[in-house]
Amino acid sequence: MKELMQSLREASIKAINESDNPESIEALRVKYLGKKGELTAILRQMGKLTPEERPVMGQLANQLREEIEQAIDLRKTILSKAILEKQLESEAVDVTLPGREQPVGHKHPMYNVLDQIKDIFIGMGFEIVDGPEVELADYNFTRLNIDEGHPSRDWTDTFYFTEDGKILLRTQTSPMQVHAMETRSLPIRMIAPGRVYRKDEVDATHSPMFHQIEGMVIDKGVTMADLKATLNLVVEKIYGKGTVTRFRPHHFPFTEPSCELDIQCHKCGGKGCPTCKGEGWIEVLGAGMVHPKVLSGCGIDPDVYSGWAFGMGLERLAMGEYKITDLRLIFENDVRFLEQF
Amino acid sequence: MNLSRKWLNEFVDLPLSEYDDRSFAEAMTVSGSKVEVTEDLSKSIKNVKVGRIVKLDKHPDSDHMLVAQLDVGGEAPVQICTGAWNVHEGDLVPAALHNALLPNGTKITKGKLRGVESCGMLCSLKELGCTAHDFPYGEIKAAALLNDYHPLDPAKPSIPADIKAGDKIFGAVIAAQVKSVAPAGVNLWDTVLDTGSGETALASDCQNLHAGDLAAFDTRTKRILTPDELRAEQKEFPHCIPDGILILHEDCKPGDDMGELLGLDDHVVEFEITPNRPDCLCMIGLAREAAVTFHKELKLHEPKVKAAAGGDINELTKVFVEDPLCVRYTARMVKNVKIAPSPAWMRERIRNAGMRPINNIVDITNYVMLEYGQPMHAFDFSCVKGGEIHVRCAREGESIQTLDGAERRLTPSMLCICDTEKPVGVAGVMGGANSEIVGDTAMVLFESANFNGTSIRRTATALGMRTDASSRYEKGLDPQNTYAAVQRACELIELLGAGEVVEGVIDVCPTELKQTTVKLEPEKINALLGTELSEQVMRDILLRLGFTLKGDTIFVPSWRADVEHYSDIAEEVARFYGYNEIPTAFSGGISTAGGYTELQQLERKIGECCRSMGLDEIITYSFISPAYYDKIRMPADSPLRDSLKILNPLGEDTSIMRTTILPSMLEILTRNYNYRNRQAALYEIGRIYLKRPDGMADEPKIVSLGGYGEKMDFFVLKGWVEKLLKELGAGRLRFVAEKQNPAYHPGRCARVYAGDVEIGVLGEIHPLVAANYGVDAAFYCAELRFDALDKAKGALPVYKPLPRFPSVTRDIAVVCRADIPVGELSECILKNGGEYLKDCAVFDVYTGSHVAPGCKSVAFSLTMRSDEQTLTVEHAEETVARVLMALREEYDAVMR
Repeated sequence: MKELMQSLREASIKAINESDNPESIEALRVKYLGKKGELTAILRQMGKLTPEERPVMGQLANQLREEIEQAIDLRKTILSKAILEKQLESEAVDVTLPGREQPVGHKHPMYNVLDQIKDIFIGMGFEIVDGPEVELADYNFTRLNIDEGHPSRDWTDTFYFTEDGKILLRTQTSPMQVHAMETRSLPIRMIAPGRVYRKDEVDATHSPMFHQIEGMVIDKGVTMADLKATLNLVVEKIYGKGTVTRFRPHHFPFTEPSCELDIQCHKCGGKGCPTCKGEGWIEVLGAGMVHPKVLSGCGIDPDVYSGWAFGMGLERLAMGEYKITDLRLIFENDVRFLEQF
Repeated sequence: MNLSRKWLNEFVDLPLSEYDDRSFAEAMTVSGSKVEVTEDLSKSIKNVKVGRIVKLDKHPDSDHMLVAQLDVGGEAPVQICTGAWNVHEGDLVPAALHNALLPNGTKITKGKLRGVESCGMLCSLKELGCTAHDFPYGEIKAAALLNDYHPLDPAKPSIPADIKAGDKIFGAVIAAQVKSVAPAGVNLWDTVLDTGSGETALASDCQNLHAGDLAAFDTRTKRILTPDELRAEQKEFPHCIPDGILILHEDCKPGDDMGELLGLDDHVVEFEITPNRPDCLCMIGLAREAAVTFHKELKLHEPKVKAAAGGDINELTKVFVEDPLCVRYTARMVKNVKIAPSPAWMRERIRNAGMRPINNIVDITNYVMLEYGQPMHAFDFSCVKGGEIHVRCAREGESIQTLDGAERRLTPSMLCICDTEKPVGVAGVMGGANSEIVGDTAMVLFESANFNGTSIRRTATALGMRTDASSRYEKGLDPQNTYAAVQRACELIELLGAGEVVEGVIDVCPTELKQTTVKLEPEKINALLGTELSEQVMRDILLRLGFTLKGDTIFVPSWRADVEHYSDIAEEVARFYGYNEIPTAFSGGISTAGGYTELQQLERKIGECCRSMGLDEIITYSFISPAYYDKIRMPADSPLRDSLKILNPLGEDTSIMRTTILPSMLEILTRNYNYRNRQAALYEIGRIYLKRPDGMADEPKIVSLGGYGEKMDFFVLKGWVEKLLKELGAGRLRFVAEKQNPAYHPGRCARVYAGDVEIGVLGEIHPLVAANYGVDAAFYCAELRFDALDKAKGALPVYKPLPRFPSVTRDIAVVCRADIPVGELSECILKNGGEYLKDCAVFDVYTGSHVAPGCKSVAFSLTMRSDEQTLTVEHAEETVARVLMALREEYDAVMR
């Protein structure tokens, strides 16, 4: 009987290990371990054994059953793994095929830059204000200390709606200084981005409509040192830490002293290159202390309050940031352009 | 404004060797005079020397070339071949030697010309980058040399090849052989001719004559003729051309550097001067700034006039200023004027400042303008009728021919300089041709006047002639400058020997010139700048700039009309203390909160939502063409056609302010379509401009959506609108078919409402509108009012518990009349479904076989759920039954 079991062991293990699909393994289980299986057939012969032999044989038989079961399980695991592998292999895709396109819209590149600037100023306690584009000459010029007869008032430079020249399309966002001083309570910290209009023919660097950002602070004890500190910080946030700046005297009728802010050319480090037209510096914005005449014209006592203001062109900033070479692209709105940003 | 560094040194000691261009430019820029660019003129010319021709021979192997031996200052002569015939032994010429560089970029190296070594090149005016304006004597006249005659038709020569001295050419013109040529002055040669019948001596100004040449001699006029005078074509005398080598008549010797001789040993600095500083548009103004910037002394010169001519200007003329637009009129008279080229130093300075030398009188006026910033004008006084000057505005119908030759119609707003009859100049813009300085002018009136800047600017603009003078005047010049400038001009007249200055100065100044004073308030200045500068520092800066101080009163110099307030004084102090020395410090004190307003947050949210749906943002012009209203089929009587009109537009396309944003979107869609972009999905949050009774505009914002392409249809567009409104938390939406909007397809357009708020319109663009844009594709657009979106937006969302019990779905299909909007069926279902009905979604609409004609089948998927229990079948059946009953009762829609 022992021999029978031994040959069953050998035959079954061999058959199991040679089986190559789950169905044949199941058939082997029935063949060896089923109610009518070979092991059962052997066990049926237990009656013929002596009582002393029975427990020993019983134990051996159980052992054999266990061995066969283990062999079956092992074989099953191996086979199912192989099947899975085969299946996965057949399911493989060409990962270099393109992904399915998901529509995502794009902010206009110029507004990307504008939003960046808005966030910088909001972080410094500024508000964003909005105002009319169809404007009074009074706000656009007169109250900004720009006299009658100033070239910028010419009909060749400014778009007018009335023959008397009183209503026009604003040529700058600076009238927002006057609006803000008139309507807001002090202190004021605001920026006013928006569309402005000048009579320039369309070319690679000009457009009759473009965008500016005006900024203004009015408070007690505001100085040029404050202007410098704030604008330096803004420039650093736009152009990166360590950006070198230079303040240079300039002229605007509504600020005094007035200045322009240059950054050192990042490309050549100030040595002069085509990017900075050999100057080593790139002009970023105009600024200055709000002219006391402008303050008092808005009912603010210049002996108590002072302020500073700045203005910058948005198109040029965006063009610099994204290396856009032609202003016309900004207003053309070709989706192949818009989707690059 | 171009500044010559060499000239600057006359006023401020700033040698190039100590202050290179870069440091000079940087310092001037940060003190307020912005440098655009600097140029080292000497780099444009290298190794070009003055040479004397010591020997001149014919080239052994060429019929037209000459071989010159030149003394260029070295030990041995240098041999150079030239094709030019205007050179003679003894001439001083510019010689570009081996490895020379010429201003036009040409590099010269030695080589062989037909076997003869040539160690460089002799230069013409043009090759030196000059014209006859720079060297008036450099103009060349060439005689027609018969030995250079090349007949047009070799078979029929006009002049026989064997012609010899004495042979007749035509009329009184004969061939004559040059026996000898000897210099007799600038461009003048004592020439001896063999006329066949004896020798004739004459002075000729033809520069290409050499002993042995055969010339055409007019025996009647005793002149040697040019090809032109022979009525020959230039190609018949190919080498007798009015061009050649520049023969120098300068104070120079062999070996001198031509660059220096041309004044190119100079550096030119180009400044961008802000309009408030017209005083810096001249040497003295910039020198003053430089002196203060570099802490140097400013050396100014006071002009002195001898006026040796006797007489008095007041006996010769009278000046009447008849219009206040002329602030001051100063004049002097010069007699016995001798028009000639001005000296090299003056031509050099004028040239390096970017102007062209003309003649001594014109050059003096330009020189004084460059030096003093005061434009001047010189009249031929003999052309001034009545001997009187009247400064007045032009009369109706008057006109003048200006110096540029153009006839100008004048209007009564234009200030003119007139004689007793007519204008002789447009004040501050340009002189008249009728009083132009010409060769025989003997009496010159020098005008140094001050005019109203705005008036000059408007006149110059109206006449379309912005001149050097007008561009200075228009910024408002210093009226105190006229006297010194006219004195300087007369001093130069005497220095150059260009004429004799008459005694006396006419100086008419109808109104008293005001003196501006400002109080020096150091504490205010420090408070503005954020500095702690001492009063002494401030005083020092002001004094160096030419301000004077008495106590704490600052007397502003006349040339600084821009200074009138303590803040202006603060700028002067800041400029020279240094903008970059001012500390950077945040002012303490009260702060502001900052942040986006609710409306700004809404705008951002709309943008975010649009982009999340795949829409790209666009920016369009606010102005459009009135024709665009026709393009979108706007009714002729629509109030929206009443746009704000720009009176002076750039063109029709940008002439009115849009009252609707639709044309802007259509323009961009069309452009993308024409660029063959297969699809586009765009949005803009832009303004429209609605005319108000006061002439101004309401400028509401519109959210404009637009798209086309394969995946685009009405329901994609509607999906955008629905999603946008849902994201904003708007309440229940309603879409009502809109058949009246002429811009849209009458069957594919809807008005959208959120609750009672009308949000806007959406739909497919009418094919006729698309055709107006030249497009045969379907465009889809929506125009949503921003203020309505603000009204419709929901409050902050409140959390609703997630369902605890599973939902049950039932699909139903009903058949109804085809014209019943599905939206109404859905509303009916939701209204009547009872408490368990949570949602009703349309999933199929069908017409065709199996459905009666004029009917359609609509399939809904109903979702039911209870928050208290798992729904039973009975509950679900009951809900479906209620829905079906309602549909039948209200719409006669029956279960299919």
